[in-house]
Amino acid sequence: MGVVSSKLGNLGVVTTTLETAVNWARTGAVWPLLFGLACCAIEMMATQASDYDLSRFGMELNRASPRQSDLIIVAGRVTRKMAPVLRQLYDQMASPKYVISMGDCASCGGVYNNYAIVQGVDEIIPVDVYVAGCPPRPEQLIHGIITLHEKMRGERFTQWIGKDQPA
Amino acid sequence: MSFIVPEKDRSLTPGSGDGLESWVGSVEELRGLVSDRALTGETLLLNMGPHHPSTHGVLRLLLELDGEEVVTCLPDIGFLHTGIEKNIESKTYEKAVTLTDRMDYLSPMSNNMVFCSAVEKLVGLDVPPRAQVIRVICLELSRIASHLVWLGTHALDMGAMSVFLYCFREREKILDMFEMLSGQRMMGSYFRPGGVWRDLPADFLPTLEAFLDDFPRRVDDYEKLLTNNPLWIDRTQGIGIVEPEEALALGMTGPTLRGSGVNWDIRKAMPYSGYDQYDFDVPLGEHGDVYDRFYVRILELRESMRIIRQAMKAIPGGPFRSENRKFVPPPRAELGRSMEAVIHHFKLWTEGFSVPDEEVYVAIESPRGEIGCYLHGTGGNKPRRVRFKTPSFMHISALGKLCQGHMIADVVAIIGSVDIVLGDSDR
Amino acid sequence: MSIKIAKAADPVESLRAALPDALLDTKTFRDELTLIVKPESIISVLRHLRDTPGLLYNFLSDISPVDYYNPQGGYDGRPERFALSYHLYSMLYNRRIRVKVFLPEDDPRLPSATSVWPAANWLEREAYDMMGIVFDGHPDLRRVLMPQDWNGHPHRRDYPLGYEQPMFSFNVEEIAKHKPFAKE
Repeated sequence: MGVVSSKLGNLGVVTTTLETAVNWARTGAVWPLLFGLACCAIEMMATQASDYDLSRFGMELNRASPRQSDLIIVAGRVTRKMAPVLRQLYDQMASPKYVISMGDCASCGGVYNNYAIVQGVDEIIPVDVYVAGCPPRPEQLIHGIITLHEKMRGERFTQWIGKDQPA
Repeated sequence: MSFIVPEKDRSLTPGSGDGLESWVGSVEELRGLVSDRALTGETLLLNMGPHHPSTHGVLRLLLELDGEEVVTCLPDIGFLHTGIEKNIESKTYEKAVTLTDRMDYLSPMSNNMVFCSAVEKLVGLDVPPRAQVIRVICLELSRIASHLVWLGTHALDMGAMSVFLYCFREREKILDMFEMLSGQRMMGSYFRPGGVWRDLPADFLPTLEAFLDDFPRRVDDYEKLLTNNPLWIDRTQGIGIVEPEEALALGMTGPTLRGSGVNWDIRKAMPYSGYDQYDFDVPLGEHGDVYDRFYVRILELRESMRIIRQAMKAIPGGPFRSENRKFVPPPRAELGRSMEAVIHHFKLWTEGFSVPDEEVYVAIESPRGEIGCYLHGTGGNKPRRVRFKTPSFMHISALGKLCQGHMIADVVAIIGSVDIVLGDSDR
Repeated sequence: MSIKIAKAADPVESLRAALPDALLDTKTFRDELTLIVKPESIISVLRHLRDTPGLLYNFLSDISPVDYYNPQGGYDGRPERFALSYHLYSMLYNRRIRVKVFLPEDDPRLPSATSVWPAANWLEREAYDMMGIVFDGHPDLRRVLMPQDWNGHPHRRDYPLGYEQPMFSFNVEEIAKHKPFAKE
């Protein structure tokens, strides 16, 4: 269950901190944005489909609206034409929000060092987890998601409440 | 949005407009493209995409709506323009194959095939019979895989979720076979100029056999879910009709054209890679609507299986890649024995091979239609110009015509039925 | 019912007879026939190829621009810098043909083929977007792939491919110093 610091009482009562409990709950219900760009989007779909079954990690519900989602998986190359759109999508998401940069193109431009492709999506939006591969296998994406879960579990309230307020 | 390129790099940007400032257009620029009623505000201009769940990627449609009815539909693409054609100009011919994979990412083998065929035609390179048969098996497998993704997403758009899950279950088996061949699930770059990268692994054919034994039953399942489903028929029949003449004039190809009843399949008309040796039918539609295009593709799944079965029986022996050492690097084992092999190996992997300063155009039948490659050499080791004519590009340009007069809910059905891949259209 | 189908004719002879001024040269390479024609007569040539019995090139496969720019000067033996190839296909006779025009460097422009094939619409837009070839009489000559405010035509040979330094493990720190990481 991931609640490392919990203590078991006599009657199966778990005592833990509120922060840990909330974070545990959050990791089990991350709603990703239904957003695909290129080849990696097909692997992302494969991850959500029957063989790899992403709903094991509480992520089967893809929201088409950025307002309702916590996680954006940038799956594919980001072009200069798409960059403003992507930033706008990110700005619309409610905090706390996370970004997984899936694939080489999204992480660093990949094989395309040219006029059309943004050399890494971290120039547009802050990235939490980078997943390498061209395209990454579904197992790699799942590993990226579990890494993100670890990050979420370690977060403090103070870090994410009011995160999107101007500093 | 000046944070994307630092000031230091900005001077290096060709021209000052680097496309990063959000472009503010006015409605006046749409004069002549939309009806005059839109400019006065009588009809509604609605922006659909580029982030929309049913646009199959990053397609943007500007719709002019009169109530629910679509008056004009202006597609806008380029959100996935990758500059692959330009990138290939700086690569040798062998290296460029990996880039072609990533255009039409649902059937990378077709892209490899069209590029390799163009290179082979330009330099006059032979392809051994074994490689040709292996290529046919791979092309048909990737046609099945591509149609499965199309079927799943098309059904998903129309609200049939379970079809998506079933289709991806079968697709995984095909991807496993591709991984067996090339080591990669999707972007295998398995075809190389002169043949294929390596021979079939020993357990490939038994796996393929098992898949083929199982798959017809699965197609029956999809048909059970959709073909006679009254809801499916209601949403697809009579929607997005294209007459055959119109389809030809708009440049449609592939199953989308054959849904209108035009019997043109490049595999039959101009056989490549030995397609003339196989016995298969070209399914045709009658009405040219969404349902016919759907059913043509379902039948193509079965025809592809027929081709693979025949090809499996007919795999000849011999080399899997041309032995013309001017173009094809020698196998690893030869390097230890022959000095000449070492020289060829070194030459081919450092500078590549030279092709004449001439041009060719090669077209093959991809799952989406005619994919063409116009290749122009320089006389050196890098191409002067590579251009891919892609089916999705033509189909998206025809979307405006298809959507006219339909309800906005049908736009989703029409987009799904022409089977577009944005990576294919934008390149 | 029997439909009389005209016998396949030789496109070169047919074109020489009908439009003697238009055809400049012909070329065959690997069984691909190329007709080099004058840019101003391209529309009449395309119409002739499409409508004449015996030719009936009824399908426009592609419009492919190519740039013969050479940084050392000259156009690699070609008369002009730009060329545009129309790839036509005849479904009845099952054959292809390439119609090619050469266009000057300073003002590459020629009449639009949208009146002959509606399919030419987007193909010409792409040629304009990527190569900067202008089509007179095109209904909607805007950029199709690049953003509307983009400067330059990326597929020209003198346009740089990219301008950012590739990141490797040895220079990752140096690049990270000036890489514009996004903020919240």
